Amino acid sequence: MRVSRTTRRLTLAFTGLALAFLYAPILTNFVFSLNSDRFPTIPLGGFTLEWYRLILADALVIDAFKNTVKIALIVAPIATAMGFAAAYADYRFNFIGKRLVLVFALMPPLIPLVVIGLAMLAYLSRIGLSGTLPAIVVSHIVLTSPFAMAIIRLRFSQIDGDLEFAAQNLGASNWRAFWEIIIPSTKTSVLAAFLLCMAVSFDEYAVTWFVGGLEETSSVRILSFLQSAVSPRINAIGSITFATSISLILGAQFLVLRRLTKDAK
Amino acid sequence: MSQAHISLKNLRKTYGAAVAVENLDLDIEEGKFIAIMGPSGCGKSTMLRMLAGLEESSSGDILHQGRRINDLPIWEREMPMVWQSLALFPFLTVRENVEFGLRMNGVGAAERKHRAQVWLKKLGLGEYADRGINQLSGGQRQRVALARCLVTEPSVLLLDEPLSALDAHLSVQMQGELKRLQRELGITFIYVTHSHSEAFSMADTVVIMNKGRIEQAGSPEDIYLRPATPFVAEFLGGSSIFDCTIRPRKNGELVLESADGTFKTDALKTAGLAPGQHVSLVVRADQISITPAAGWADNEVPCRVIGEEFVGALVNLRLETGAGTQITVQLQQRDMQTLDIEVGVGVTASWHPEDGHIITE
Repeated sequence: MRVSRTTRRLTLAFTGLALAFLYAPILTNFVFSLNSDRFPTIPLGGFTLEWYRLILADALVIDAFKNTVKIALIVAPIATAMGFAAAYADYRFNFIGKRLVLVFALMPPLIPLVVIGLAMLAYLSRIGLSGTLPAIVVSHIVLTSPFAMAIIRLRFSQIDGDLEFAAQNLGASNWRAFWEIIIPSTKTSVLAAFLLCMAVSFDEYAVTWFVGGLEETSSVRILSFLQSAVSPRINAIGSITFATSISLILGAQFLVLRRLTKDAK
Repeated sequence: MSQAHISLKNLRKTYGAAVAVENLDLDIEEGKFIAIMGPSGCGKSTMLRMLAGLEESSSGDILHQGRRINDLPIWEREMPMVWQSLALFPFLTVRENVEFGLRMNGVGAAERKHRAQVWLKKLGLGEYADRGINQLSGGQRQRVALARCLVTEPSVLLLDEPLSALDAHLSVQMQGELKRLQRELGITFIYVTHSHSEAFSMADTVVIMNKGRIEQAGSPEDIYLRPATPFVAEFLGGSSIFDCTIRPRKNGELVLESADGTFKTDALKTAGLAPGQHVSLVVRADQISITPAAGWADNEVPCRVIGEEFVGALVNLRLETGAGTQITVQLQQRDMQTLDIEVGVGVTASWHPEDGHIITE
């Protein structure tokens, strides 16, 4: 398609602006986390790792970070397994009300977090779980498993529906065919889903804040910092959190895209 | 009588109220090439899938060497299938694809490799053993699918429209190879297709299905010369079909009366038919000739030319009678020029009383 020079320039400018609005705050955040001045002002002061040293010495931050990792490591396998099961059911079986089940399964990310947070709090406190790490884990599984399902479903949609039966036709039992055909075909997307679930769990703060009580994850800790005082420490902890999630998400993206381009060949 | 290799007895498959396969009875002899043919939705694929165990039968029996296999799971049926989609495993190499069935059946690595190699060579794939499936052409993939099934040394091979994805030239070449393989191996091939040329060029027995029922099963010649039902005649194409009533003449001779005139047919003498009976008269395109004017032959029908279709040196001429019956006539191309025929002109179609096949309703 031929595109006029003006259109191309406008498109470039627009894309550049969009990316700048998205990433400039984060970049600023990172720059000021290394700035020795107490307040984020231009011109910058000297270079320092002081703020990173301070947060690493802060027991609250370390505890929150440990919680975050612990939760993500429990949430990701469970949510991925649930997402996989749902995606596989969608691929393999037809049943009455399937569309309805799919809609409900994919819905949680579309519900306002405040609504989920309140509902979760109400329910979990009734069964005596609110304010605990398991409460956060349960909530995160609810929030992340639809992502896992969506990614793995995308992969299933590219797999020839006859493959598993072809394996059975050649003598593989039900389980054997699953193991020989479904697992190798989906393992990359399962890994991608796993990373994405970790990333979502890592970043989530609204629902965590509702159900976590005194238990904090790093994102909730950032919020607490902001509420109490403005400190460059926020920049430091923010940068670390951002770096972690972006690595997870890029990892997931890489796996999904590699799969897609490999199949397109 | 020897026992049939595979028997379908009163086999039926319904989806809710819809009937896919209706009380099917069929005996398949060992070592024969059976083609099952019919329009889409006629139940041919459902039947094949029931044999493979991919669909459960609603009632009736499937016997394999006399043993009822309806309740065996797919993986115990030992009826490998060449899929319409081929269903090759894309993440395995050609060799791994071919070895798959052996591996599932617990054959050791060394023997697996050897047997796979034998079959890859036999099908001209020797040098592609370590390639991925995505690096092969359509025809090569077809061969991998075949090798993957045949390496397990089955007694029956199921084929579900395996050539439909190939272009015409390659398809004809594969037809020859399939027929040769089947003869050499002497195993039973059950081949589902909607293509006349595939069925008639390869099969020992052709089964024609419609609306879940078998309309006719017989040798290709039998079906071609003696279609059992108007559906078969129409489905095969190239024949003209007249709805007729049998009438007696004063001299006792029986004739066929139709909206297009009265026809003499030798078949009436032998078939034991009674006056007043409704029948279909089927006349093949190659049995009908064209005369420029009436009064030359026995069965003459005045027609108008409505279309022509060139097939190599032959021309299929489509005619329409005054009563609206469509007639197909096959002519040599040079006859077209001698007769000076073009679309729109009036001609007379005629055929000999010894030609023409009668189907009783």
